[in-house]
Amino acid sequence: MSVSRREFLKGGLIAASGVAAGVGLPRILAAQGKEPIKVGVLHSLSGTMAISEGPIKEVVLMAIDEINKSGGVLGRKVEAVVEDPASNWDLFAEKSKKLLLQDKVACVFGCWTSVSRKSVLPVFEKNNGLLFYPVQYEGEECSKNVIYTGATINQQATPGVDYVMSPEGGNKKKFYLLGSDYVYPRTTNKILRAYLMKKKNVPEANIAEEYTPFHHQDYQTIIGKIKSFGAAGDACVINTLNGDTNVPFFKELANQGLTADKIPTMSYSFAEVELQTLDVKPLVGHLASWNYFMSIKSPENQKWVKAWKEWAKKAGMSDKQAVTDDPMMHAYVHVKLWAEAVKKAESTDVDKVLKAVENLQVSSPVGKYKVDAENHHTWKPVFIGKIREDGQFDIVKRTPEWVRPEPWSSVTYPERGCDWSKGGKGTFDKVQGKRVWLSEKQ
Amino acid sequence: MAVRKAITLLLLGLWVLGAASAAPGAQPDLDKLANELATPATQKQALDTLAELDDSAVEVLLRAIKDGALYRLGTRLVTLGDDGGLKTVNDKPVLDDKGQPASLPDGSAPIPLGEEFFGVVQRILERFEIFSKDPSTRRATAIKLGNSKDAAVVPILTRARDQERDPAVKAVIAEQLAKLQLISPDPVVRAAAVRQFGKAKSETALAQLRTMLTEEKDPAVQRAVREAIESIESHVELRNMVGYAFNGVSLGAVLLIMSLGLAVTFGLMGIINMAHGEMLMVGSYTAYVIQELFSQHFAARQDYYFVVALPLSFLVTGLVGFLLEASVIRFLYGRPLETLIVTWGIGMIFQQAARLYFGDQTSVNSPTWFRGGIEAMPGLILPWSRIFIVVLALVVLGVLWWLLQRTYVGLRVRAVMQNRGMASCVGVSTRRVDAMTFALGTGLAGVAGCALALIGTVDPEVGKTYIVDAFMVVVLGGVGKLVGTVVASFGIGISNKLLEPSIGGTAAAVYAKVAILVAVILFLQWRPTGLVRQRGRAAAEAAG
Repeated sequence: MSVSRREFLKGGLIAASGVAAGVGLPRILAAQGKEPIKVGVLHSLSGTMAISEGPIKEVVLMAIDEINKSGGVLGRKVEAVVEDPASNWDLFAEKSKKLLLQDKVACVFGCWTSVSRKSVLPVFEKNNGLLFYPVQYEGEECSKNVIYTGATINQQATPGVDYVMSPEGGNKKKFYLLGSDYVYPRTTNKILRAYLMKKKNVPEANIAEEYTPFHHQDYQTIIGKIKSFGAAGDACVINTLNGDTNVPFFKELANQGLTADKIPTMSYSFAEVELQTLDVKPLVGHLASWNYFMSIKSPENQKWVKAWKEWAKKAGMSDKQAVTDDPMMHAYVHVKLWAEAVKKAESTDVDKVLKAVENLQVSSPVGKYKVDAENHHTWKPVFIGKIREDGQFDIVKRTPEWVRPEPWSSVTYPERGCDWSKGGKGTFDKVQGKRVWLSEKQ
Repeated sequence: MAVRKAITLLLLGLWVLGAASAAPGAQPDLDKLANELATPATQKQALDTLAELDDSAVEVLLRAIKDGALYRLGTRLVTLGDDGGLKTVNDKPVLDDKGQPASLPDGSAPIPLGEEFFGVVQRILERFEIFSKDPSTRRATAIKLGNSKDAAVVPILTRARDQERDPAVKAVIAEQLAKLQLISPDPVVRAAAVRQFGKAKSETALAQLRTMLTEEKDPAVQRAVREAIESIESHVELRNMVGYAFNGVSLGAVLLIMSLGLAVTFGLMGIINMAHGEMLMVGSYTAYVIQELFSQHFAARQDYYFVVALPLSFLVTGLVGFLLEASVIRFLYGRPLETLIVTWGIGMIFQQAARLYFGDQTSVNSPTWFRGGIEAMPGLILPWSRIFIVVLALVVLGVLWWLLQRTYVGLRVRAVMQNRGMASCVGVSTRRVDAMTFALGTGLAGVAGCALALIGTVDPEVGKTYIVDAFMVVVLGGVGKLVGTVVASFGIGISNKLLEPSIGGTAAAVYAKVAILVAVILFLQWRPTGLVRQRGRAAAEAAG
């Protein structure tokens, strides 16, 4: 597999340099063209997170392959340096140091969990690296050296709540916030609680909050509580359980007869990939909120899904496992974003690329998609999906326009923003209409 | 799909006859409507017209614009199907100039639907849904309409109830109708609805009844409300107690079945087997493999995979245990620390091997007869899968007890474990007994893994979730005694599940577990030998 890609790369290089020479470009450029641009791929391929991060690595490689097939970037091929941090947070930092200092990669596509991102953050900031991060997260962070392509709270969690409160979502009035006990669910629920109480006038008694440890297996009591909580049929569960604990939760939910028509569950960490690990039939009708669903009907998405299925087959995945989901979409698009930015900047220099990436728009499986002019997060539409019998989502709502990213939720931090464009120094608070930079406060 | 369309059409036809407002026989001009719908300025007007129309073709058009599958191709409006094929709004395939199926150019943007109109479209489509083919859609729609507190939906719900064939859905619709009657202006109707809820002991309207208690003006109705609330609340209390007790028994059975194997390998033989969790995992993966084989070769008999998987998981895991004992563990008898480290390493090898071979996307689906549960009392469903695990745990316990206490094999096992030298002197082959006992213990773990896959995860790290609990049960029960293991698992299970609901805060599950662990530690300080005094090799070694 790797051999054949290298062979292919060689062929491409000869062809590329041949073209360059033929057109008569300056000798320096032609010489440069021989060197491929190295980029890092930092996703766990072993350990707990392998289930989620494995497909991300593959889809990044696929995007790089597509770029190379269409001539590479700046006349140079792109070469992926794949590292496996093995779901170990310390290893994430070590490997990112290796990628930046030893391999001297132009950028890194990587990380999934917030803790892994936090552990590489100082490395990227100290060495002025560039990280593209594809997963929805809790926000309250805005680094100069990171482009966050996944959803912020206002691009996933609050639209999900809006939907279940709407007439078509069932006019839900009570909210059971259930999550795994770590930073993403706790921060998300903190913001959601504030949002529900301040913006939606939901009384505190109508909000319940509960956390379970990783690998928790026995959801009997919690399901019993949810059942009583939602007996009137006007409640819903907002689910931020991560990965494997969704399995015993949904199994118990179905067995105790809590179907989606009685108490729907709106999930934020549960997409097509995770859905394949469950018996779908009892889950039909439960909801999820994402920036992408595999079932989106657009020519561009159908083309991408087809390409992925072919790629996955070559990588030895079964057809059943070859599904696409939200983080994969972001991972695929951000490789394209980086390539466009490099073309625009005519350089792989991090500062120049960061400049070029501001307000940069590309087309994607969800339509138009762009990086914010200031805050290093991205604009994209939000979709609400309902689980179908075939393990896909029926799209029941989509925002007509893309949604502006808010790294600092306007509910909990109404005055806070982030600006890295010219003259910007990152996170700021607006005090009497003036920006006070956080970096200068300390 | 065709059937569904026909039914919807038929039902809507009947409905229209009742209303008799639409011009009979008039075909709606779908092309014109679609064009109006596609123009932002006239979108609202088109939706108003569409809301009046009763034509199944409307559903296609509305679903297309809602899904973002309505596109403009040249001057025509087309819908994009799941297969990538294009159709006109009249459901005919779209061909290009050469007569080939047309396709959309890259970068085509779907016709947008104004955000404020999503609700309208959804509500029009919902009217199709209360008569949908799928019972759960009908039920969901009924609940939605019932909670709308809008008396205008009463006629449509009444009609739906009269047409409903499925008794479960019919009951839901009737309950939702009763709920709407609670807001009726007629006190007699209100009181009757209240009494109906009291009689059914249904929690559904409890919250609404509570608000009625303060808002209701009519004294007769208010009395009825108070009685209904009392009746429902006493029922809920009883139901909760029964529910907690069942949860406790069920958790106890889970703990029992996962620690029976350990009670043999650790309890009787004194081997600290840190790979016990991985032995459970082997059982779970056996169930997974059998399930996949059945779905490939005997799809029609899919449910019976479990009948095959259960005994096979015992045999496969028992064999793994036998090989493990023969190759590694027998060299480590009497060296508990080395055993601990080696078996821990073996567990890690199993984990990574499972990850490499199976990947993480595996799941065991319950056979259909284990889906759902029995409604023991209104609002309390006991899942079949949990009932099965309770029964299985007791059966396995019974068989193990019989094997150890009532058979010749068991006699030899007990003899070796109590006094190895003496047993050897009277001619018992201690080597063989050791190997077989260890295989028995791991085999039991395999059965547990297979059964627990019904309610839990199947992934490479699943063993980690079992190992601590299993050791806790065996140690608390008293090493070497089956009865101790039984008392300990049900004791921990029931006290955990009675404790958990009474803990406030946001992490009751964690606190309950912490409380149980603290209680176990304190108990062991007081009685280090556990609930039941130990006998056997471990005791002899500890004493000697």
